[in-house]
Amino acid sequence: MEIPYTVSTRPDTGLWNAKIGIWLFLASEVMLFGALFSAYIFLRIDAAPGTWPHGLLNVPVGTMNTAILILSSVTVVLAWAALKMRRYRAYWWYMLATITCGVIFLTVKLAYEWPQKFEHFGAYIKPEALAKYEQYLGNERRIEKGFEPRIEITGHLHSQNAKEYEVALDPVNADPDNPVMDRPHFFPLPVTDKIATIEKADVQRATMFLPTHSAYFASYFTITGLHGLHVLGGVIVFIYMWLPVSKKLYQRNPEHLANRVEVSGLFWHFVDLVWIFVFPLFYLL
Amino acid sequence: MSLKGFHIVFIIFSTLLALGVGLWCVWVDLVEGAPIYLAGAIASFVAAVALIVYGVWFYRKMKRLRIIT
Repeated sequence: MEIPYTVSTRPDTGLWNAKIGIWLFLASEVMLFGALFSAYIFLRIDAAPGTWPHGLLNVPVGTMNTAILILSSVTVVLAWAALKMRRYRAYWWYMLATITCGVIFLTVKLAYEWPQKFEHFGAYIKPEALAKYEQYLGNERRIEKGFEPRIEITGHLHSQNAKEYEVALDPVNADPDNPVMDRPHFFPLPVTDKIATIEKADVQRATMFLPTHSAYFASYFTITGLHGLHVLGGVIVFIYMWLPVSKKLYQRNPEHLANRVEVSGLFWHFVDLVWIFVFPLFYLL
Repeated sequence: MSLKGFHIVFIIFSTLLALGVGLWCVWVDLVEGAPIYLAGAIASFVAAVALIVYGVWFYRKMKRLRIIT
């Protein structure tokens, strides 16, 4: 059966069907991501002073991933332009570059960024016990300087028993009075050898850097996870359009393949545009 | 909107992001005193200029090739 209006425009809309379909779909996606971004912003605005985690993500790696996604948008549009000019070989290479960029983005996210968080540990200290851990928090100096007091000790969980956690400290808690620790670090500092013993009775809440850690990480994993699923979906579609099966369509009707690449390219641009908002919101602000 | 139009919108947002990252790096350097961020700022501003140049090149190329859908 021939599907109508895949190449020619529909008289009543002036567009071919897939283009209307993709824009309707993207409109629903705007609502989905819009709701999640709104939730994140309201959670952040409403957070008690000093409780919102900051500077926990790797800015250089996030920047590199952002550059990769921007590059993939360039290559997908060039792939589409190559098809319009009936240059299938160039299309094939540009599409391969787009797929590679998507795979690199997902690999960095799933094999490096997320696992790094899963290995990290944080213990929120009860307000009445903060003074006991002053050597790891450095709050006297911070309050003197007008900064919010620290309430969390972070690092790698070395060991634990029924009464205590032993934590290999992050530099921020190993050397809390160093003014350098007051600011985010361009290149994340490695965990130190200094071990802190934290009594469980003094801990309000302790968890790895998972969605259960805080509203920040719950939002981070939800939004980047959903975004990652979209990237994966885009890569799968691109792989299909890169395989020989698409060459048959190209030989039969090149404009039809160009239109398919255009709608998937529109989806890809939307996914990349979402990341343009995710990156500053989570990594920088 | 065609892919061409959406791509130009995307490049505009990417340029704004690059400028924003550059300003953020300058801010961290000035307020927090972290000179390494200056290198990040320079790289971001260079990226913003490169994106503008690419955007203009892309627009002209599409116009020349009359790829309008």
